[in-house]
Formats: sequence, C-alpha cells, structure tokens
Amino acid sequence: MGPPAAREGPRHLRKRMSTGETATAREAGTGVPADGAPLLSLRGVSKTFGPVRALTQIDLDIPPGKVTALAGDNGAGKSVTIKTVSGLWPPDGGEILWDGKPVQLHGPKDAEALGIRTIYQDLALCDNLDIVQNMFLGHEPLRRGILNEDDMEIAARKTLEELRVRTIRSIRMPVASLSGGQRQSVAVAKAVLFKAKLVIMDEPTAALGVSQTRQVLDLIKRLSSQGVAVLVISHNLNDVFEVADRIAVLYLGRMVVEEDASKFDRQVVVDYMTTGQSSRGLQAAGIGAGSDPQASGRTQ
Amino acid sequence: MTDEPTSGGQTPVDPPVSSVAYKEPETEIVEEEAQAQEDLATTAPEVLADSLGEYLRAWGKRVRSGESGAVPVLVGLVLIVIFFQIEQSTFLSSENLVNLFVQATVFILFGAAEIYALLLSEIDLSVGAVAGVGAFVIAELIASPVNLPWWLGIAGGLFVCALIGLLQGSLITRLYLPSFVVTLGGLLGFTGVIIELAQIDKTAVGGVMSISTTSPVYNLVNANMSPALSWIVLIAVIAGYAAVSILGATRRRRRGLSAPPLAVVLLKVGLAALAGVVVVIICTRNRGTPLVPLRGVPWVVLLALLVIAVWSLLLDKTKVGRYIYAIGANPEAARRAGINVPWIRTIAFMLCSFTAGLAGLAYESRLGSIATDIDVGNLVLYAVAAAVIGGTSLFGGRGKMIHALLGGVVIAAVFNGLALMGISAAGVDIATAIVLILAVTVDSVVRRRGATSS
Repeated sequence: MGPPAAREGPRHLRKRMSTGETATAREAGTGVPADGAPLLSLRGVSKTFGPVRALTQIDLDIPPGKVTALAGDNGAGKSVTIKTVSGLWPPDGGEILWDGKPVQLHGPKDAEALGIRTIYQDLALCDNLDIVQNMFLGHEPLRRGILNEDDMEIAARKTLEELRVRTIRSIRMPVASLSGGQRQSVAVAKAVLFKAKLVIMDEPTAALGVSQTRQVLDLIKRLSSQGVAVLVISHNLNDVFEVADRIAVLYLGRMVVEEDASKFDRQVVVDYMTTGQSSRGLQAAGIGAGSDPQASGRTQ
Repeated sequence: MTDEPTSGGQTPVDPPVSSVAYKEPETEIVEEEAQAQEDLATTAPEVLADSLGEYLRAWGKRVRSGESGAVPVLVGLVLIVIFFQIEQSTFLSSENLVNLFVQATVFILFGAAEIYALLLSEIDLSVGAVAGVGAFVIAELIASPVNLPWWLGIAGGLFVCALIGLLQGSLITRLYLPSFVVTLGGLLGFTGVIIELAQIDKTAVGGVMSISTTSPVYNLVNANMSPALSWIVLIAVIAGYAAVSILGATRRRRRGLSAPPLAVVLLKVGLAALAGVVVVIICTRNRGTPLVPLRGVPWVVLLALLVIAVWSLLLDKTKVGRYIYAIGANPEAARRAGINVPWIRTIAFMLCSFTAGLAGLAYESRLGSIATDIDVGNLVLYAVAAAVIGGTSLFGGRGKMIHALLGGVVIAAVFNGLALMGISAAGVDIATAIVLILAVTVDSVVRRRGATSS
C-alpha cells in the first residue's frame, strides 16, 4: 500500500486497495484484469442439477494472451464451469460475455463458432488415424470431392512448427504411437489450427511424466504468447504456479478468489481450495506486492 | 522482465507475455532422438525412408514390432498353396486356378461387405440373407414376367439391398439397438423373405429361380473377357496405377511432403504388374479342350477387383471413409469433431448391404440359379472369416478392403484344395475353422507384441 502502489498508477492503486480493504477476497475477484477488456466473462453464472447447486453466481474473467488457472478441490465445480463455457451445459442464470457482448451458448458448435476450443482429459483423438488426419478430423478440405491430403499436411506441419512441437518425428504417424505429451500437443495444435481464441484445457498434465509435463507446460506458455487466452484446470499447484498469469479458485460452487498469480503463494491457494478462505488472505502476497522485489519486477 | 514465465503483464503497456522470454527446452533434443528410434518401429515406412534400403529396413522393423499388415496372411497363403500342390499336382493347373479365382470372388465380396461393419466395431450377421434377397430380386426382375434388361435387374436388386441396409442401419443408430441383435433379426427375417419371394414368383419351381444361360447375369461367371481384352484391361489398369502413384509421389516430394522414395513406388507398381500378368497368363491359357478352347479372365474376377478398388478409394480418399475409421476408433472424438455419427454409421451399413447384394449376384451367377435353401448362416461366417483372415480387426477402426481380397483367396484355396483331395464336407468345415482360428491367433499374438502403452 502507499508509495509503491501509487507509483504504478491509479488503476492498480484502486485494485490493490480493494484487494486489501475488503474482508472477502471474492470482491477482489470481480476486478477487471489489469491489461484491458477480458475476452470472456462470466457474470453471476449459476447452474443447478435438480436439488444440487453446482455453481452459485460465478464471476470469472479470462483475458486474452494470458493463462488463467481454475483451481478447486473435487466437486468444487471446475468441470461444470468449463462445460458451461464450452456450451455443453447452458447456465441456468447469469450472463456470459464474449468480447464484452452477451452471448448464448446452446451447444459446443456455438462455442466453437466464437473460437472456444475445449481439450478434455481424454483428448478426443482417434488412435488409428495419423496426426494430420486427427488435426483435420471433421474439417477436411476437399479437392474435386477427394480429401486434399497435401494441403492438410502443409497446414498441420506449419501449425506444429509455430507451436515448436519438435519431438514428433513424422506427422504421418498414427496417434497411437505418440507419448502422452505428444498427444496433448496434437490436441492443442488442432485447436490452434482452427484459430481458437480461447483454449480450455482440462487437467492437461494429469498422468504425464516429468519431461512430458514440461513439454505441455511449455506448449501452454507458447500458446498464450501467441495471444490466445488459455483456461487451465489443474490439481497440480506446481503446474498452476508455473504457467498461470491469473488464478481463480472455486470452492463448493462459489468463486472464492480470482487474482493475478503473483498475489498468491502456494499455501494461500491451498487454503482457498480446502476452506474457501484464507486467514493469510492475499495480504502477504497482495498488499505486500508493491514492496516485494519479485512482484514489482514483474510489473515493469 | 525476468524469464519467469508466470510473469503477468500488470501494466497495460506490457507486451504479450514472454514472447521473448520464453526459453527453448533444449533438453528435449536428446529425448527426440530416443523417441524417434521408438517411433521407427510403428510408423509406415513411407513416412520415414529416403531410399529403398532404408524403406525395407523400416518395413522389416515394423513387421517385427507387430504392425505386420498383410505379411502373415501372405505367408499362410504360400504355405497352403505348397501343401495342396504337394498333395494334388492339379492344384496349380490353370483350369483349377481359374476355378479358385471364381470361388474366391464370392468370399471376397462378402468379406468386403462385412469390413464396413467391422470397421465400425459392429457386426452384420445378415449379409448372407441380404445377398439372398438381392439375388432373388435380380433373378425375378430379369426373368418373365417382368423381363427387365439385365442391368436394370441388377440395379433393382442392389437398390433393395441398400434399402435393407438403410433400415437396419437406422434401427441401430437411431434407436441405439445393438447391431448384433438387429442383424440377427435380419438373418432370420430375410431368410423368410427369400422363401416368400420364391412363393410369389410362379417361375420359381420348388424354390429355385434359374438364370437364363444367355443372360449377362449368368455370363458374369460363365463367360470370359477375350485374351486380348484381358491384356488391354491389365495394361490400362497398371498404367493408370503407375501414373497416379509416380506422379503423386513426385508432386508430394516437390512440395516437401512425406512420400515414399521413387524406387519403392516403382517396386510396388512392379509387384502389382507382376501379379496382374501372372493372373492374366493363367486365365488366358487354354483350359478347355483343343477343339473347344476356353480362355480369358472371367468377368466376375474383374468385378471383384473393381469393387475392392472402388471401396478402397472410398475408404482412403473420401470424408465418408475417413469418418468410418474415426468412428470405429473413437466415436466420442468423432462426435466432438462435428461428424454426424449416426448418419455415417447408417451409410456404412448401407454400403455393407449393397456389397452383400453384389456377392449375391456373383453367387447366383456361379450356380446359374438361386434357391431358397441358400445357406445364409454359413455365408455370414465366411464373410467374417474372409475379413478377419485378411487382417481386419473385430474391434473397429483397423482394416482395409485388400484384406477381403487376401482372406477370400485363402478361404477359396482351402475349399478348393480340400475338394480336390476328396475331403468330405465335414473335413472342409473343420479345416476352415482351423485356418480361421490360426489367422486370429497370429493376429492377436502379433498385435499384442506390438501394442503401445499410450
């Protein structure tokens, strides 16, 4: 508080102050991301299944070109949230804003039309098809009624090169022979190929080894550096802190905190995930951020 | 800005995150090499090799690691041929071989039909009965009192078969009924329909519809292309195949895409040409008597090869084919990719029944008649056996039309050889069963060795 925050300008000052002054971190979460309009916003989104309230008045902002991590314990509503955003389960209440405009998502096609691609844990790849065939599945270009393999292969190779996926020896290999990390790369490349603006990844590093995880995390960073908004669901706090620019935590269907990743430390996130609050709050990381040499370094 | 990747731009002027700060994972270069070594084993040789030698090495490695493709069935076929030739010296006579080819066409067409169902990880038990219905419809349309021209009769029969496929496919995909049950119903129901068809038609004496010996439907099996025409067709086919594959590979090389080396393309064209020449030489030798010469390739052989070629193109080069493979491996992935899964599955069942109709056509042409006592149950088993012996998986997503060709020839060779040896029907059944089980065993053992754990 005080001089360091003021140095950063009124906008940050305002935000920091609200963070520090409110007892519940939830209000902090409604703050607009520092660098302008979010690509996707949820405003008061609710979802019930019979008597079960899966989501209660969720607010979430996903800025472009950044990685937003959605954390939460089992049953916190992470999956419901991404299924709502990807159009599988339309919300019962609240608003979804895309580029600031309210949108209705009645099905996965609506979400895809906006540029939202969801990569589920099972990756939805066909083992018997090769990488090119998988990337273009359902969207194959034709030439005189025949599949245009040449154009597909060129476009697929270009996309993989852009993502610097280099561990794949040949893009004509069946997906069955790829490692877990490579399969994840193919799934991401498929999203990039079709110009996704928001890529949602469900537990992308689950069941991966150390080097494979490394590969996928690098891929996520590269994706966001290309201006794509990424929403990652993960249990693994190492991964979350490695890639996330922003962290949002769900607890029992409520969004309990949503802030820049630099304001958290591991213990705070665990507190929010397990109890919905943190006695440490964001004070340690958040208020002190201005004087924290690491955090102030980041803001420059 | 540090190279800490989590650094979020908190000021509006911040550049997009870490586009400069991103650190290349240099450690992976080493892994890449190790990975590449592993990959060699399971990849089609075309995508890796730059020379013929390299290609053959990649191919050998692939065979050893379990992706053996057509190798086991070819080895098996050679062993079967050697065995029968030792037992009966007439086995490899041109007379007998042409007979074997004709026998094989029925199994090939049935196998091709069943492959459409197997690729979806489904099964069609009704192919035999559907073939019978198609055969009866064709026979009745071209005979009095209808007297349609032969090609309209065939079109009518195949149309009825495709409609049956549409019906069964719709029940399976729209009402979510298991294909096993629906097509089992088809097996029973259409056997009844065959009997009904025979009763309606007054010309079907005792449940037998005979085909006029002057009809092209009869001549499909019982007449031959002249030797000159046989050679012309062969040369045209090989020239077309050579042009397409050489030009295609050259174009892909030029555009920097994966393509087999030219030597490999030439080798494949050469092998195809050799096989074609051998078949045509066998067929164009006189297998009649000096006074009544009999030579040329039976039309039905051309029909079967044409069907295999067209269906192969459909599976490899069109959206429908690609989607059939995708659905067979992972229906959920296909659905999420926006593919109309129920419709593609229905189309596959229609193609299956349509091809079964073609098999029925070859079947009745060979017998010169079609009767209500057609053994629809056995025909289904041979359909599945031909596909599986050829190398098509029962679990969906893996198989090619060429498998029906190979499997059909193997079954025909077993039938033909055992008949030459004078083995009883019981012995033929047992021998066919052993070949089938052996083929599946080889497939299973080889695949398990090659299975990846991804």
